[in-house]
Amino acid sequence: MAEQKQVAPVGERIIELTDIYKIYSDGDSEVRALDGVSLAIDRGEFVAIVGASGSGKSTCMNIVGCLDIPTKGSYMLHGTDVSTMGDYELARVRNKELGFVFQQYNLIPKLNLLENVELPLVYRGLAPEERKRRAMEALERVGLAQRYQKFPSQLSGGQQQRVSIARALAGTPPVILADEPTGALDSKTGKDVLEFLKTLHKDGTTIVLITHDNSIAEQIPRVVRLQDGKILSDVVKEAAVG
Amino acid sequence: MKILQAFILALKSLSTSKIRSFLTMLGIIIGVAAVIVLVSLVNGMSQDMVSTFESMGTNLISVSIRGRGGNRRVSAEDMQQLVEDNPDYIGAMSPNVSISGTVKYESENLSTTCVGVNEYYGDINNHDVQVGRSIAYMDVESRQRNCVLGTYQVNELFDGQNPIGETVKINGYSFQVVGVLEEKQNGEEGGSDDTVLIPYTVAQKLGGGFTISSYNFSAASKDTVDQAVAVIENYLLKVYSNSNAYNVYNQAEAVEQVNELMGTMTLVLVGVAGISLLVGGIGIMNIMLVSVTERTREIGIRKSLGATPFDIKSQFVVEAITTSGIGGVIGILFGILAAWATTFAGMTVSISALAVVIAFSVSVVIGVTFGYFPAKKASKLNPIEALRYD
Repeated sequence: MAEQKQVAPVGERIIELTDIYKIYSDGDSEVRALDGVSLAIDRGEFVAIVGASGSGKSTCMNIVGCLDIPTKGSYMLHGTDVSTMGDYELARVRNKELGFVFQQYNLIPKLNLLENVELPLVYRGLAPEERKRRAMEALERVGLAQRYQKFPSQLSGGQQQRVSIARALAGTPPVILADEPTGALDSKTGKDVLEFLKTLHKDGTTIVLITHDNSIAEQIPRVVRLQDGKILSDVVKEAAVG
Repeated sequence: MKILQAFILALKSLSTSKIRSFLTMLGIIIGVAAVIVLVSLVNGMSQDMVSTFESMGTNLISVSIRGRGGNRRVSAEDMQQLVEDNPDYIGAMSPNVSISGTVKYESENLSTTCVGVNEYYGDINNHDVQVGRSIAYMDVESRQRNCVLGTYQVNELFDGQNPIGETVKINGYSFQVVGVLEEKQNGEEGGSDDTVLIPYTVAQKLGGGFTISSYNFSAASKDTVDQAVAVIENYLLKVYSNSNAYNVYNQAEAVEQVNELMGTMTLVLVGVAGISLLVGGIGIMNIMLVSVTERTREIGIRKSLGATPFDIKSQFVVEAITTSGIGGVIGILFGILAAWATTFAGMTVSISALAVVIAFSVSVVIGVTFGYFPAKKASKLNPIEALRYD
């Protein structure tokens, strides 16, 4: 079902942030991590959210990733308003609509690769055979299917990041959220991972990538620049597409 | 997530730190084992005591009469009449005239208790003769100086040789030995094997012709003990019109008292063991709290992948239950083994299935109770902070 969604026509609105504020009150002073951000992302786009630390890009990522809810504003994800959801609904949305790729890979060390990739499917409540089939498919896509019984510690950083991409893909979510996916890797493997994300994009996956690295942002078709919780620029480079 | 899966996950997680898991379980293991060993020991003890009482005959009813002066008195004949009037309830009666005496054979002396009885003594007290014959009706009627010795006397005076037909002197009077009582307690001094039976009529005379103050009755059957007691009490009340003048007592009551006493003891001991279980439970809670902190990042990852608070909570609760449950099983095995081992120290143990079931359920309940708080804490972690946690 989700796989069908993914091949839906490019152009469908998948993420729509309208006038999002995230305000942290610390006693009498308040910090506006996001200060009226509006952003629309369509299906099939590859968007980089760029900014220095403190620019609000992490908060933006948390809200887009449904790990946090905005103080004010509405967030439509895949046609549903998620800005007012409770813990249980948010968990379900994270499970079905989003795939996370983290800087630190965030694989669970005591689980083997297959079990790690299976996790989102476990929480979705799929039957074991179905889980295994889908997880193996995802591992296949990142080229680590033969090593499914290995543990994360037995892999290199680049391989671990590929496993975490497989984990994000396993649930076939409409959106992949990558938070500094190359941040912990050396430039060569970082490049490989980025190339892999580009391939996924070509296959039709919507990807939102958070980075502070301009050299990475340059390679991505659409760049949204944040500063002090506001959008500074939103540039689509037609040339970089394809 | 399904239960079995959660359980497997918990086992996996426990096996990553085996020593810690074992130490956590230890409190439960000791608690459960203690419950089982203590309950088994007390059970064994009470069974021992009950069987001792039962060997004396659960039908036995002892009547002691203090009297209240004057002309009110009962005689052995009155008591016998009572038996004949109530054949449905009362089986038999024997006077029980105890006098202290010295038994002399050739040059050897033994101080002992001589009991004056009639021909029903053996039936009432479950105490037959192993050689010769018991005191008979004719001995009582004609005041024959015949006696039946216990095995203690036989061993001491006759070196275990057959004494039938020999003559012994009791308090200076000559008695002919007609039988030897069955051995009940290895022929020890002071027990039921240290007894000399003589006809009660003779005992009365030796003691100076006093009124008989003690009788033993047997109920017609186990089920009529209560009625028999009632009949005897009614009769005695009619004679003395004062319930303080006599006392009617049966073995079933004694058995009940033993059971009651042992029940109280069991409760006290289980209480002590329960404290150990409680301490074990606190140990589990402590470790679970540490484990939640250590695995903050894992919790964050799981949450980001779509685990609901309930998923996280059940993961930790199941882990706590698994710890306490495995601890419970090990404790049960260990407890049964220890209880069984004490039999070699000569103690009677009786392992109670109920104790095993209760001990195990309690350990699982402890897992739920003490696992819930850390699990709740884990489920409430903020995923963003949890993911950032190092």
